Amino acid sequence: MNQMQNFTKGFIKENPVFVLLLGMCPTLGVTSSAFNGLGMGLATTFVLVMSNLVISLVKNVIPSKVRIPSFIVIIAAFVTVVELTMQAYLPSLFESLGLFIPLIVVNCLVLGRAEAFASKNNLVSSLVDGLGMGLGFSFALTLLGAAREFLGSGKIFDIAIFPEDYGMLLFVLAPGAFIVLGYLIALINRLNKA
Amino acid sequence: MAQKESTFLSMTLTLFVVTLVAATILGFVHDLTKEDIALAKQKAQEKAIESVLPAFDSLGDAYKLLPEDGADSLEFFPAYDANQQLVGTAVKTYTKNGFSGFISIMAGLSPEGDITGYEVLEHKETPGLGSKMGAWFKDEAKPKQNILGKNPSTTKFQVSKDGGDVDAITASTITSRAFLDAVVRAYKTYQASAEDQTQASNHTSKGGQS
Repeated sequence: MNQMQNFTKGFIKENPVFVLLLGMCPTLGVTSSAFNGLGMGLATTFVLVMSNLVISLVKNVIPSKVRIPSFIVIIAAFVTVVELTMQAYLPSLFESLGLFIPLIVVNCLVLGRAEAFASKNNLVSSLVDGLGMGLGFSFALTLLGAAREFLGSGKIFDIAIFPEDYGMLLFVLAPGAFIVLGYLIALINRLNKA
Repeated sequence: MAQKESTFLSMTLTLFVVTLVAATILGFVHDLTKEDIALAKQKAQEKAIESVLPAFDSLGDAYKLLPEDGADSLEFFPAYDANQQLVGTAVKTYTKNGFSGFISIMAGLSPEGDITGYEVLEHKETPGLGSKMGAWFKDEAKPKQNILGKNPSTTKFQVSKDGGDVDAITASTITSRAFLDAVVRAYKTYQASAEDQTQASNHTSKGGQS
């Protein structure tokens, strides 16, 4: 597989949210608005790229029986670095995402890519995979967030499209996340078959 | 590509090294960001104080008071103009009755106890429902839900459903009740302390309570 395919597979063909169904917890939790989805996606992308990078570097010195705990420690360290840095230098973004940052540790997307890809491939492929998967994840979360924000409150990225009074509140709440996600998965699957 | 063998020694050693490196990096980053985080938090608090009070010249010493009906104390930030006259007091108040528990609010009180402004500092209310409280209660266009400029001694700070004078956020009565609970707690504690201070008047040079 060449690097271009390796990069683009994260968007549609192997989209982590719509096709691999990884990382559902933050996907459903934070996507009440497009902005939150994008922020969470980018934070996850950073962690994913960094952890893929380190894990592909150290994969040969880690005995296979302790690889999962080692990966988790590496991922958790990066998440905490992101959390502290964001808190110090981007306090307003931290305010809206703070609760969800620690969730990246348990996002099975990150561990999944570490286990399924970075621990078997070389440095460059792992980097490209992390970037592609991360951006695919961001794309999916932003799409989901935008759809829910639009249906729920008539806005996208806080720009009013129609008056808020006509919004269907359901879509901002948890059940709306499942409904919108279901329809988006169906749509992507249709596209992938075509 | 040969993987290292999983012996007791190699596993122990690997885990030790991995955790050691991670801990070192975290300690380093923590040290690096500690000051900036404290600074950002303080800035956020100062900004909240500024936004809830009318223009002031300097902030006096902050003090803490225990409310009658709560376990944790409230923080008071008195603000003075150029002549050392009290222009208002920002109160960091809280409630535990939110739809998802704890809500922290910075409320501004004039010396007479009128609400001059408020800012929600911390909450976990439902996005799109309870989270609207940040703007709902200061909508000047809707006097029935606006609390700015009103005094809890003349206006009944309860949601209209409970017989009060303030319209609750649509579909978020619980959040609205909790919000008003926090504001009223700030007002009551402030009034109680103001009475104490008038009784013990002339003891402090700052004075200025009217």
